[in-house]
Amino acid sequence: MPSKQRIGSAAATERSADGSTRVRTTFASDFNVARDVQRQILAAVAGHGFDAQSTFAIKLALEEAFVNAIKHGNRLDPAKQVHVDTTVTDEQAEIIIEDEGPGFDRTCVPDPTAEENLDKCSGRGILLMEAYMSSVEYSKNGRRVRMVKKNGADGKA
Amino acid sequence: MPDTSPPLAVVQNKDVRVVEFTNSKILDEANIAAIQETLNALIDEEQFPKLLLDFSTVDHLSSAALGMLINANNRIKQKNGQLRLSNIKPQIYEVFVITKLNKLFRIYPERAEALGSFTGAQQQQQPQ
Repeated sequence: MPSKQRIGSAAATERSADGSTRVRTTFASDFNVARDVQRQILAAVAGHGFDAQSTFAIKLALEEAFVNAIKHGNRLDPAKQVHVDTTVTDEQAEIIIEDEGPGFDRTCVPDPTAEENLDKCSGRGILLMEAYMSSVEYSKNGRRVRMVKKNGADGKA
Repeated sequence: MPDTSPPLAVVQNKDVRVVEFTNSKILDEANIAAIQETLNALIDEEQFPKLLLDFSTVDHLSSAALGMLINANNRIKQKNGQLRLSNIKPQIYEVFVITKLNKLFRIYPERAEALGSFTGAQQQQQPQ
């Protein structure tokens, strides 16, 4: 039987019969709550024996994805929510984060590594997510991101 | 609980300010804003600022932290100052490589080497 454990006020962490761990929650645009959720996801990742490199990658991608959802998506509007659904197994972590903002077109984000953009202060979050995760896909007009990290897989750097 | 300790520790080495990060994670906005503010103050109070940022304590950083570093770099350049980075752990250095910021910043493996790379104090202080 699956066990359900609520840690703090953030999210529900469920251990399924098949051995996977699921962290699901919906919360108002708030970086403090995002941090708690991040901690729970990283605890699940640690529980499934992810190596240090994969854990570093997931931590970095989570940080960027939550900033994108709360700041750029929901524009810090506390009336707007962030939806998180994460499933972690020994093989991989699948993280889905969705905001309630206007969405965005990935192909319209300028390349921050282009010579003329190197000294611009923003635009590197998506690049880092894509470099460090095994896959990153956008749907729902860019409001939803699904990221997968295979345990033990290097970043693409 | 909010962390109220200063985000940076600064020591003077001749005419170079050596800055260390006191938090191993340069991630959240409040922390980054506090670092930015402190760096800006250090840059603004010198005519030709010379800053060495020592990353030996840093285990994590985000794109917002990179933005903050670029901001500091632009500000220092405007004043004809010099910025160096040193002691960046391999995992963090990889972030600089992916973002190609290793081309923008002058990065040195060791502090001594970075200190030795600063140039021309006397020439810069001549009256214009």
